[in-house]
Amino acid sequence: MREITFFGRGGQGAVVASEILADAYFRQGFQVQSFPSFGVERRGAPVTAFMRINDQFIYLRSQIYQADAGLVFAENIVQAPTFKPSVKPDAALLINCTVRPPELEDYSVSIIDATAIALECGLGSSAQPLVNTAMLGAYAKMAGDLELDHLLASVEAKVPQKTDKNLQAVRSAFEQVSCCE
Amino acid sequence: MKKVLSGNEAVSQAVRLARVQVISAYPITPQTTISEKLSELCGSGELDARFVKVESEHSAMATLVGAASTGVRTFTATSAQGLALMHEILFWASGARLPIVMVDVNRAMAAPWTIWCDQTDSVAQRDTGWLQFYCWSNQEILDTVVCSFRIAEQLLIPTMVCFDGFFISHTNEPVDIPEQKQVDRFLPPRKAEYLLDTKAPRTFSGGTMPNMFMEFRYKLHAAFERAQSVIDDIYKQFHKSFDRQYLPVEAYHAKDAEAVLIVTGSAASTALHTVNKLREQGRKAGILRLRQLRPFPAESLIDHLPAEAVIGVLDRNLSPGTGGVFSQEVRAALLRKGVHRPVHEFVAGLGGRDITADNIEKMFDALENGRAESSKINWVGLNR
Repeated sequence: MREITFFGRGGQGAVVASEILADAYFRQGFQVQSFPSFGVERRGAPVTAFMRINDQFIYLRSQIYQADAGLVFAENIVQAPTFKPSVKPDAALLINCTVRPPELEDYSVSIIDATAIALECGLGSSAQPLVNTAMLGAYAKMAGDLELDHLLASVEAKVPQKTDKNLQAVRSAFEQVSCCE
Repeated sequence: MKKVLSGNEAVSQAVRLARVQVISAYPITPQTTISEKLSELCGSGELDARFVKVESEHSAMATLVGAASTGVRTFTATSAQGLALMHEILFWASGARLPIVMVDVNRAMAAPWTIWCDQTDSVAQRDTGWLQFYCWSNQEILDTVVCSFRIAEQLLIPTMVCFDGFFISHTNEPVDIPEQKQVDRFLPPRKAEYLLDTKAPRTFSGGTMPNMFMEFRYKLHAAFERAQSVIDDIYKQFHKSFDRQYLPVEAYHAKDAEAVLIVTGSAASTALHTVNKLREQGRKAGILRLRQLRPFPAESLIDHLPAEAVIGVLDRNLSPGTGGVFSQEVRAALLRKGVHRPVHEFVAGLGGRDITADNIEKMFDALENGRAESSKINWVGLNR
C-alpha cells in the first residue's frame, strides 16, 4: 500500500487534486481511497489531503501520519516544524518551486514550477494560481506507474471549468518536471 | 458501473435510484453535501422529487411526516444538533408508522462545539422507535439506503442509516452504482395501505384514550420483534439481485479467536485491517461487526460469539456516567439469553479523535493479557 499526503493552502485545489489522482489510479486498476484532512477550510490556511493506493480493498480508515510520498503545493510549507514528521525519511517528495529547498537535502525531491505552468495556462491569478493539475502531471511522471491518459481522463471528468487549460497544465508539467534520480 | 464516490455522494445516488418523491433537509456539516447533491439532482430533473426547503431540522422531519402520510416515498439527512432538534418528531414518525428513511452522518453532540465524528447523536435516539443501521463503507451506504426503503415500507417503521462523519462521509472510494432498471425491479414504488386522501378523508394519530394507546405501542413493539426476519429476507433478495451480501452481525476471523472485538462503523474497517496484521503475527484476534442497533441483533451476535474468546466492545459514543451504548446493549443481550461472560468495554474516538490501527492493537493487547477492566470503561487514546 502507498500512502500519499497533499500539502497545500486553502484555494490551491489540494483536496480536488487528491480526488483526481484517486480517480486516475482507479482507472489504472488500483483500489483507492482519498480524503481531506477533516476540518474547516479557509483560503490561505494550510490544507492537507490524503490518498491510499493498494491492489486490494483498503480497510484502514485512520489518517495518514507518515506518508510514502508528498505533494507540496506551496514551497514554504516544508519549513513548518510539522512537515518532516509527516513524511517517511525515504518519502518521494514533489515540490512546487524553482530551486530545490535546502531544508530537504536528505530527501528524495523532484521539483516543478507548477505556479509558472498554471499562469501560462491561465489557471487562477498571480495572487492565487491554481496549481493542482500541474502538480498531478508532474506526479504522474515522478511516480512512473500511472498512465498519462488515465490522469487526463480523470481531469476531464472532474474539472468542469477550463478543462482544456487544465489538460494542458497536466501535459506541460509531465514534460517539465525534474525528477530526482 | 464502478465510480470513485464519497460516502455522502453514495447516499445521493441511492436516493436517486430509489425514486424518492419528497425530500426535505436543512444543511449541517458533515451532512450538507448530501442535501446539496440531492437539490442539484432535483433541479436538473435527474430525480423527479419535490425538494422542500425549510428553516430547521424540526421542520424537515415534520414536512416528511406530512408527506409520508400521503403515501409518497420520503428522505432526509442530518447530523448531531440537527438530529437532536428532530427528536420530538422522530417519535411522531414511528408512532404514526411512517416509513421515512433518514441518513444520520454521525457527529458528536456539542458542547463544546464540534463538527467531528462520534455516534452519540444517533445512539441517543435509540428509544424513538426507529430502525438503525451502521455502515462501514461507501458501497454499504448505497446498498443500505436502497434496502432501507423496502424494509421501512414493509414494516412501517422509519429507518435511520448511520455512518461516521468525515471518516466515511468525506472519504472517496470505488462504489458500484447499480442500473436504474435493476433497482426498480428490487424496489417497486411505495404502496401505502393507509394514507391521507382528500377524496376519502380520514384522521390519523388523533387524541387517543388510555384504553387504546398501549395497544398502539404494543403493535409497534411487535413490528420490531418481527423486524429481523423481514430485514434478513430483504437482504437475501438483495444478495440475489446484486451479488453483495450483508448480515446483521458480520464475523471476521471470529471462530477460533482468543480475543474478539465487537465494533461498528469505520472503526470496524480499521479493526479488520488490524486483525489481518495480528493474524500474520500468529495472534488469534477476531472481530464481530454489528450493523444494527435497532433491532439489536442479539441472536446473531450470540451465534457468532466464539465460546472461549475474551470479549471486548468498542464504543465511539458515550452515555456519561454509564459508558458506551453498544456495550450496554451487548451485556443486556447476553444476560437475556442466560450467557454470563465478562464484557470489556473500550471507549475511543470521541469528537473525531482518530481510531488508529495502533489503538485497536492496544485493545487486543489488553484483552489478551487480562489487563482490560470488565467493571468500568477502558479509555483508549485519552490524555489524562
